Amino acid sequence: MLGLLLRRLPYAAVTLFILSLLVFAGGQLLPGDVGRAVLGPLADPRAVAALNHQLGADRPALVQYGEWIGRFVRGDMSQSFAFRAPVAPFVGAALWNSLKLGGVAFTLVVPLGILGGIVAALNRGRLLDRAIVLVGLSATVVPEFVSGIVLILVFGIGLKLFPISATPPPGAGAAVQLYYLVLPAIPLVFIVFGYIARMARAGTVEALDSDYARTAVLKGLPRRDVVMRHVLRNALLPTITVVASQTGYLVGGLVVIETLFHYQGIGSLIYTAARGHDFPMLEAGIMTVGVIYVLSTLAADMLLAALNPRIRAGGRA
Amino acid sequence: MTLLAEADRGSGVSGTALRPDALRISGLDVSYRVRGRSRPVLRGLDIAIPAGGTFGLVGESGCGKSTAAMAAMRYLPRNGRTDAGRILVGGRDVTALPAAALRDLRRHSVSMVYQDPGRALNPTIRIGAQVAEIYGLDGAGPEEARARALAMLGRVRIADPASVMERYPHQLSGGMQQRVVIAMALAVRRELIVLDEPTTGLDATVEAEVLDLVETLRRENGTAVLFIGHNLEVIARMCAEVGVLYAGRLVEQGPTRAVLANPRHPYTVGLLRCLPRRGLDRRRERLDTIPGFLPTAATAPAGCVFAPRCGLARDVCRADPPPLIPLGDGRSSRCHFHAEAPHLPRNAPAQAPAAPADRAADAPLLAVTGLNMTFRQGRQAVQALRDIDLSVRPGETLGLVGESGSGKSTLARILLGLTVPDADSRLALDGEALLPLGRRRDLAAIQMVFQNPDSALNRAHPIGRIIGRALAKLAGLGGAARRERMLALTRGVQLADAYLAAKPRQLSGGLKQRVAIARAFAGRPRLIVCDEPTSALDVSVQAAILNLLADLQAEQGVSYLFISHDLAVVRYVSDRIAVLYLGRLMEIGPADRVFAGPHHPYTEVLLSASPGPDGAVKRVPLSGEIPSAVDPPSGCVFHTRCPRRIGPICDTEEPPLSPRQDGHAIRCHLDSADLGRETAP
Repeated sequence: MLGLLLRRLPYAAVTLFILSLLVFAGGQLLPGDVGRAVLGPLADPRAVAALNHQLGADRPALVQYGEWIGRFVRGDMSQSFAFRAPVAPFVGAALWNSLKLGGVAFTLVVPLGILGGIVAALNRGRLLDRAIVLVGLSATVVPEFVSGIVLILVFGIGLKLFPISATPPPGAGAAVQLYYLVLPAIPLVFIVFGYIARMARAGTVEALDSDYARTAVLKGLPRRDVVMRHVLRNALLPTITVVASQTGYLVGGLVVIETLFHYQGIGSLIYTAARGHDFPMLEAGIMTVGVIYVLSTLAADMLLAALNPRIRAGGRA
Repeated sequence: MTLLAEADRGSGVSGTALRPDALRISGLDVSYRVRGRSRPVLRGLDIAIPAGGTFGLVGESGCGKSTAAMAAMRYLPRNGRTDAGRILVGGRDVTALPAAALRDLRRHSVSMVYQDPGRALNPTIRIGAQVAEIYGLDGAGPEEARARALAMLGRVRIADPASVMERYPHQLSGGMQQRVVIAMALAVRRELIVLDEPTTGLDATVEAEVLDLVETLRRENGTAVLFIGHNLEVIARMCAEVGVLYAGRLVEQGPTRAVLANPRHPYTVGLLRCLPRRGLDRRRERLDTIPGFLPTAATAPAGCVFAPRCGLARDVCRADPPPLIPLGDGRSSRCHFHAEAPHLPRNAPAQAPAAPADRAADAPLLAVTGLNMTFRQGRQAVQALRDIDLSVRPGETLGLVGESGSGKSTLARILLGLTVPDADSRLALDGEALLPLGRRRDLAAIQMVFQNPDSALNRAHPIGRIIGRALAKLAGLGGAARRERMLALTRGVQLADAYLAAKPRQLSGGLKQRVAIARAFAGRPRLIVCDEPTSALDVSVQAAILNLLADLQAEQGVSYLFISHDLAVVRYVSDRIAVLYLGRLMEIGPADRVFAGPHHPYTEVLLSASPGPDGAVKRVPLSGEIPSAVDPPSGCVFHTRCPRRIGPICDTEEPPLSPRQDGHAIRCHLDSADLGRETAP
């Protein structure tokens, strides 16, 4: 396991390196004149030049990148243009909020999706199977702003069961925070449920049709034991990868939901920074999301290896 | 054909008069629903196996034999349906049992050994837990279940069972996996075990051991056996009774010995004639074949199902389906003219095509000297081939035999230029050095026919395009010339022109192999490497392909390097034979000399593992598994498993490949006089 981790880490590092190049290129080089972009078209050219000099934007790109990534790795994400304050605390707070929302959605959708997929597979070809597949597919294609608005209208404004903002009052306890996060989490559940259920169903169907499941049935095991002991572990291996790929989305890709529910997550942070030409904030936000994606993929790989002896054996060789 | 020496083995259990039949299938009809239509697979099947008895069900693919096995286990595919009939296991009707009773039956009365043991075992559960589970179901506590599992693994002769308990299936060889499956099937004393092609895909030596093991345990437990197979030799070895299945119907049935020695149904006669028998030589006599194809549900004839392919068929055969006619002595045949069956006219002419003049004196086409192949595996060097010297003359077939892991495929890959051997190796074709693929000028000269035509042909392309591309690349032909040559090629491999527009999946395995052969012949090759070209095919198709290869050779003077684990096939097609073990050439020489002996102890073991349908050879058991090439044994690499080891010299000193007589060379310390010979049939 440790060997596998050590073999995968360089890949993760390379992925992040490439991402950092893209982010740097997008944030620092493409705007061309950073000073002009910040100060606006009417600013005095001397002020623009002074700002560029102050920001170091007049130096060679490679030097700029080296300095930027060097500080970044040490946790110094430089100063926000918009707030004239270090970026890191903003990113940290937003990340924490995003993790909370993503976490609520995750804990709702993963068990639901997997269970839905398994139940569909066990009832293959029957009405329940078709219903689950159909619901999953329909829910996935409904955009989150549509389902979000409908939820706000029905449960927030109509029935007044849930608050329409995701941001709890300051100093709220965990239970209250959770209460505020339920409504925004539901559109995410809709979107991700279909993917997970589909993979879980396909994996379970394949495992049920496998020769080893046949062996288990013909041993005289009751169906429950066949499914629990022999089918599920093999069936859910492919699902883990899908869950991991959705984790990145659930934490870092929620611009629409966060905007809709007035929530200070990393998605809305990136969106705001992009609109305000706040490049350091933008870069830090995107890099953070990148790190989340890479880490969740790495965690999925480790989990797969822990469950699948073949991969583990490969790690030892 | 001689009598079957071992066919009566299964009948040894006595005192069974009071026990009900282990399996009694009567009037069984099974059908599959395919695209909304019901397709019959078994029709009116009747089988009775007495307690402790052995019954073999043979037939070619698609005849319904696996369906019969699965019906007996009540585990038909989702679209399968038992339309009529009863299946009694130990007197209980499995088609009518409620779920709990069915589970109970599977726990205590009937079990199964499968064709592909690697897939029959759960990849994510340790071996010990998988075997112990059976004892858990039998009522044992966890401790006891593990202890009994350990003991059972010992009984199936797994070395070091305690460590195997902790391993996962993929860490075991195919033979070991099958032993584990057998351990599970025979873990508790049962009335019936169903073996569905249990040794297909295993090496001959492993197959022999697995069959011995089943036989021993079966006798100890008094278990009855339903053996599903396509290999008549194996059935003859394992079963007292045999049933021949054709298109879902039992066409002939009776004591194995009598049926195989004196078949009374034209299909059985045809099947036996397809087998390359000892004493048959491709240069003298072609194999007989069965014309046509297995009927599908849509084309099922009104009368006898075999009539469209039968050389004896008359009007009555095409009009009235014959009943299973009793012939006495427990035999029956579903043929109106069963008495005439032995006189079935040949389908393929017996006359072998005129062979080119004996070219033994010619300069060799392929000359391999001092071939070494070392793979790097991490920090270790693995010698896959060591010091190989061999030659193939023009128009000659060199048979290459050896277990998996002996280096056969590596040698093939080197000849094709896919793998680059060690620097000091010398390979020459027609006196010119044979370069790796990238630098080879004449790509067409050496071609290959693979074991599995399914994966060797591009599924997305029609046949005409596959062959056309080979003609463009290997023969440099285009336009009308290419079209003309393509038609000549496909006709040469007896493939109807209509198939040129078809995709590979629309063709049967035999037809696909014909396409692969046509492709290999596109550029007028000098040498064709045939890697188990018929092992995935039914015997009747195999016979046609072997005839085709022989015809093409006689016509074009091409040479073959023929790799196979089926010694009967190798014997039939080869002029000379090379025996590989752990990357060393143990023996090479004229085919009849290698078979007749004196031969290498390893050859002796291989020969005894597949006695042929005559079953006359005494078994020489081979102990253990082939050692790892990473750490080969010192001295003679075969000494760890050799039945004729003479002493310390074998452990310390590697014998040279010493010439004996008539171009026959053997790598053994023993003198020719002390080496084994083939016993007279």
